[in-house]
Amino acid sequence: MSKRVAVLDGVKIGLEIHCQLTALKTKLFCSCSSDYRDKEPNELVCPTCFGIPGTLPLLNERAVEYALRIAIALGCEVPQRTSFYRKNYFYPDLPKNFQISQYDKAGGVAIASAGSVRLEEKRVRVRRLQLEEDPGKLTYEGTIDKSPYSLVDYNRAGIALVEIVTEPDFESAREAKTFLEKLRAIVEGLGVSDGELEGAMRCDANVSVKGGARVEIKNISSFKEVEKALNYEILRQSTFSGTEGGAEAETRHWDERRSITISLRTKEGEQDYRYFPEPDLPTLELSPEFLRRVREEMPEVSEVKAERYQGEFGLTPQMAKEVARDAKVADFFEEVVSKGAKASDAANWITGEFREEVRTAAASGDGRLKAGDLVELLKMLESKEATRGQAKEIFRGMMTTGKGLAELGKSTRTGVVLDESSITGLVEQVLRESDAVEKAKSDPKAFNYLVGQVLRLEPKADAKLVAKTLARKIKR
Amino acid sequence: MAEISPSVAELVRRVASQEVSCEEKTIHRLARIPRIDRDIHAFLHLATDRATKKAREIDRRAKKGERLGRLAGVAIAVKDNICVSAMPATCGSKILEGFVPPYDATVIQRIEAEDGIVLGKTNMDEFAMGNTTQASAFGPTKNPWNLERVPGGSSGGSAAAVSAGMSTLALGTDTGGSVRCPASFCSVLGLKPTYGTVSRYGVIPYANSLEQVGQFARRVSDLALLYDVVSGHDPRDSTSVTSPKARKSSGGFKGKRVGIVTEFFGEGTKDGVRRKVLDASEKFREMGAKVEETHVESMEYALAAYYVIAMAEASSNLSRYDGVRYGASTEKGTADWNAAFAKTRTECFGPEVKRRILLGSYVLSAGYYEAYYLKAQSARGLLRRAFEKAFKSYDILLGPTMPVLPPRIGEKVTPLEDYMIDINTVPANLVGLPALSIPAGFVEGLPVGMQLMAPHFGEHLLFEAAQSYEDAVGVPGAKE
Ligand SMILES: [Zn+2]
Repeated sequence: MSKRVAVLDGVKIGLEIHCQLTALKTKLFCSCSSDYRDKEPNELVCPTCFGIPGTLPLLNERAVEYALRIAIALGCEVPQRTSFYRKNYFYPDLPKNFQISQYDKAGGVAIASAGSVRLEEKRVRVRRLQLEEDPGKLTYEGTIDKSPYSLVDYNRAGIALVEIVTEPDFESAREAKTFLEKLRAIVEGLGVSDGELEGAMRCDANVSVKGGARVEIKNISSFKEVEKALNYEILRQSTFSGTEGGAEAETRHWDERRSITISLRTKEGEQDYRYFPEPDLPTLELSPEFLRRVREEMPEVSEVKAERYQGEFGLTPQMAKEVARDAKVADFFEEVVSKGAKASDAANWITGEFREEVRTAAASGDGRLKAGDLVELLKMLESKEATRGQAKEIFRGMMTTGKGLAELGKSTRTGVVLDESSITGLVEQVLRESDAVEKAKSDPKAFNYLVGQVLRLEPKADAKLVAKTLARKIKR
Repeated sequence: MAEISPSVAELVRRVASQEVSCEEKTIHRLARIPRIDRDIHAFLHLATDRATKKAREIDRRAKKGERLGRLAGVAIAVKDNICVSAMPATCGSKILEGFVPPYDATVIQRIEAEDGIVLGKTNMDEFAMGNTTQASAFGPTKNPWNLERVPGGSSGGSAAAVSAGMSTLALGTDTGGSVRCPASFCSVLGLKPTYGTVSRYGVIPYANSLEQVGQFARRVSDLALLYDVVSGHDPRDSTSVTSPKARKSSGGFKGKRVGIVTEFFGEGTKDGVRRKVLDASEKFREMGAKVEETHVESMEYALAAYYVIAMAEASSNLSRYDGVRYGASTEKGTADWNAAFAKTRTECFGPEVKRRILLGSYVLSAGYYEAYYLKAQSARGLLRRAFEKAFKSYDILLGPTMPVLPPRIGEKVTPLEDYMIDINTVPANLVGLPALSIPAGFVEGLPVGMQLMAPHFGEHLLFEAAQSYEDAVGVPGAKE
């Protein structure tokens, strides 16, 4: 049912993603192991993450580095200093009944803001990123509303989370899902989070239809569910549009089993989190030196690189993705471009018929791939000092023998035959010997065959000129 | 008044040289305490086993000729909001009844590393909220100088323990005067160090951005020694400063500039207190200091700013006491956790704590945060600049620690009247300055304290001034 309403006008969706920094060895504010999956309940706790009175949070510096990697990859602005805030609310899964988080209002500065991610033809704006601690986990007997008690496991309490909040820039559930998949690839590529792990990436959404009220949807457990939940909600809200009042501003809960959203609370029932600066953690200075180190140490994610190639070099999305897919190939591409080759030519060459050989040669790192030589080769092609066939022969030679252009260029006869009279002679010779002449008048395949015959006689002949001459001859 | 006890350095020498048995002395002390404390109620817990065991170990090491720590065999009482493993830490509250912290606070580790003997835990106003120690869920502590009077608070138990000679030294915490106030009311020395110089790791917080662990002693040299032992950078406390420790006293007070702050003698100041403190300040003049009256601007904002910030932080700090993980719980075995939290908190928090949680939650609420919390923080900024300006002209600023004499136990005052008497102590917490209360004599048989304030990390100036004063008037006696 939901699939049929995937695209509808006037849909605005914003996402709030919670991404655990699973690559960290320890929690955000203590030295407990963060490897909490498949552990006995309350095994990975210490006085700090258990909220024992008198303990103090100690910031995991690596978590800051990892959050900044995401910030940089999403093109965010990073402030000179950032601070932690307490978000106060009572809930049994919070050992302190407040969460150490960040805040971007009333003097608070989150760790990053104002980024964007390219999604096919559009840009999705990222409003902010913040670093915070994960709560513990509640277990109920039976359902949440009927359970006679709840059990708490604090192993997850204090795990480092990065919250990523987007502007309401998605116009369909499909777009939102595509973004989430891309985001997951980015955090994985950055080496900060494994999105495949259960609960490592969680998502809340806000949806409005045709200027109606904003509805928050919580408890979406996986990316698969995101599309379902959003489509359900779009359908639900669109039934209100046109009616008096429209949809109500509220928070709804995605019920995975029944595949519906159910109302949790209306706007009036919203929590007042009484944010204020965490007095146990001083303001964090993000010095230019620190940021430089983070930049130097972070791997460039292929998704991000592909975006850069589109912007910087004008490659098509498809081509950019091809080049960026393999980091070593991408490095080679950038070297070739930096040495003066035209980016689109270099990209074509690298991702064309030699794609596999280039990848292998780049991976071997034994110097067989010579950027300077490919630049020269591409120049020879451009200036018609070599035909495509010759250039390919040379390039293949480079990759199989490891010899350079200077050496290979000598053994391959280069120089294009542009002399019209000698080409006319060759064309006439083929026409005499071939029985496909009649067919070539109407069949382009037969025509190309004849061109090929001419080139077999003289590989250095300029193919365009051959075709032109042949066309003139057989029309006559 | 009993014989004036020897200095800590002398006590340590006697233990190290085996002139006295540390174990015997400790056992004797532990036996004597209950007799004195029957009337005073300074202790909530006596660590008899731990203390004697430590004393025995010290004797053994002394016998072997091993080097002993700087506090070897010295008795130290600890306020009940500082965590000592295997000892209760109630914070004077029913809600932490039965809670035994699984770890030692940094200050305790440092004291024990110097062979100090932790005697036990002392009474306090519930969660350090108060200035009389009457707000303890376990009954009030009485002033050793007059059992009908309060000892001050919130570290009233620690001050009374030193004042009555039950303990040589003591630790308290000072969030808005909680060390200096009882020091003043009990006629002992009480230091609130510069913010960030003493680790807060293991200190159960009331208001994190304001408080420091403070020290009680009767002699200036003992106070300085205890401060030296417990202070210094602690990597477990992110607000702990890395700057070098306060310099040692250079001796002498000649030529120092002392400012008597007019604002510290406001309209609520009792005449007798005013006279005593001005008399005491004359001593500094006699010692060759340059003493004159001065003003500190923006002081009128201090009290309001202090209470707004302290209550805001407290409302959040005290959220964790819900009966789920530790401490008292009056509602068990229900899935309605919201009701269970409410019941436990309603039944186990005292009225003053509830008042501050409510007010603190209010000033942090949407729509009030800017009007109260942020405004209080900007007042704090004003006050910081005012003190920076004053310390350009003076080494020490001076005034009464408390504007009044110790009130009677059970005396009816409104919360506001009660808050008002903190007027001279809260500025040091708001600005993070070091401040010291020293005994300045008696009025109507009750102690009066004089507060000395110094610039950040100026503890050595305070010790220097207090030492000169002590040299002139003598070591104050204990009320035993
Ligand atoms: Zn932990």
